Amino acid sequence: MRSFLYRHPGARLAGLLSAPLLWLAVAYLGALAVLLVSAFWTVNGFTGAVVREFSLANFRTIVTEEVYRTVTLRSVGVAAAVTVICVVLAVPMALYMAKVASPRSRHWLVIAILTPLWASYLVKAYAWRVLLANGGPVDWLLGGPGRGPGYGLFATVLVLSYLWLPYMILPIYAGLERLPDSLLEASADLGARAGRTFRAVVVPILVPSIFAGSIFTFSLSLGDYIAVQIVGGKTQLIGNVVYANIGAANNLPFAAAIATVPVLIMVVYLVAVRRSGALEEL
Amino acid sequence: MTLTGWARWLLRAVMVLGLAFIYVPLTLVLVNSVNGDRTFAWPPRELTTRWWVAAWDNAGAREALLTSVKAGLGATAIALVLGTMVAFAVQRFAFFGRDTLSLLIVLPIALPGIVTGIALDSAWRSVIEPLGVGKGLLSVVVGHATFCVVTVYNNVLARLRRTGTQMEEASADLGATGTQTFRYVTFPLIRSALLAGGLLSFALSFDEIIVTTFTAGPGITTLPIWIFNNLFRPNQAPIVNVVAAVLVVLSVIPVWLAQRLAGPAAGASRT
Repeated sequence: MRSFLYRHPGARLAGLLSAPLLWLAVAYLGALAVLLVSAFWTVNGFTGAVVREFSLANFRTIVTEEVYRTVTLRSVGVAAAVTVICVVLAVPMALYMAKVASPRSRHWLVIAILTPLWASYLVKAYAWRVLLANGGPVDWLLGGPGRGPGYGLFATVLVLSYLWLPYMILPIYAGLERLPDSLLEASADLGARAGRTFRAVVVPILVPSIFAGSIFTFSLSLGDYIAVQIVGGKTQLIGNVVYANIGAANNLPFAAAIATVPVLIMVVYLVAVRRSGALEEL
Repeated sequence: MTLTGWARWLLRAVMVLGLAFIYVPLTLVLVNSVNGDRTFAWPPRELTTRWWVAAWDNAGAREALLTSVKAGLGATAIALVLGTMVAFAVQRFAFFGRDTLSLLIVLPIALPGIVTGIALDSAWRSVIEPLGVGKGLLSVVVGHATFCVVTVYNNVLARLRRTGTQMEEASADLGATGTQTFRYVTFPLIRSALLAGGLLSFALSFDEIIVTTFTAGPGITTLPIWIFNNLFRPNQAPIVNVVAAVLVVLSVIPVWLAQRLAGPAAGASRT
């Protein structure tokens, strides 16, 4: 047995890969494929049974009906806004951590950014639900019940930015740590001020890291439907529509068809940012 | 970077504001868990520990915690085995489709959770359920393991890349069998990577709600599901808040463990 394995690396490879491949390639990809196929099925409106015949009806509904276009645009808008807010906050924070703070405080700052990643997603969304509640601390700070933003689209963007901010800070910080100080000194020696150095040296080097972070912030926001339910008020995103079609409407084919929308957007996004080398930064 | 005093001051201000943005909501959860008012009137008028006592006596929350731990341990065990196997295959062999495989591993975590959730749910119902195994804790473990594999894979792969194969070759040259080499050379080399990956995998599973919603059988309530179910019930609010506060406090443990694991490296960077 042992000498057989030694002489046949192919057998060793097969042994290592059989179980994971069976799981991921056959079970998981198979499940995804069935889901994709079922997007082309329909539901008999009378009996509620799934009709397994090829039809583009679901996709026609998604493209033609105003409400689905609005929800898709709103979801992409929310994901983009969250990504921009995270970049705007994360770049100066990572810059401070990597290039200004002393090594000792840098160590503690990294821990301070890492720790909330381990805190529960629900707890963080819940914390904001309490903060933004009518008559809650934010209202109190702004001078009375109803003064704060309350639940809604704004709260959704705020909470999603809060949730995914560390995912943006960490890759940018890692990118800055790899940036040698000598490069910055060279730029300064050549007469560039801090602002010029930032634009001409730091930003170009950071682009892959920012895109890497944006993969997290963008895709996590695009697929979210829990935070929206907790702080979004009546706001609907793609995830809510998918969820509603599985639960209340019991229309799995249509849910599958809508679910392909964020997947397609993500694939396009991944292909677009791949050229910057972002995928190696993950 | 030669920054002017003004720029340094600005960066420091953003850092402080950013940290406040991150920590104020979490602190609020801790404070509210002892807020005497049932609806968390702000600022708190009286402090009390009675919500902590009530949460401790809450059977639903305790049972959900137990379910979450079971699901996390099961998913982590599977992820450790599968993730290590794939990492060894990808690092030590060149084969057709290797790049595709590393993309496939990331897929369950890159796709929106709801997509993975529905896919696994309909696959389970149409393939496994006819075999007589209905959805239950097992389907949750399977669902979680699917997206946990990547954490172990990433950690072990990075470790294997760094250590190379010389140690194992030396061990083989000295006459060790494959099993001995694995036990005394390879395993100690990847042990801390396994711990880090396992820790991350357990945390991912413990916190997961979307895939769980779709894969959990009737009567299976993990802690996130329990929190979500009780979030919109005003009279449960104080107990939910205590559970949330406990989770905030517990989130320090993995960070502390990771620090201990990093050991000398972390110590060196501190000087």
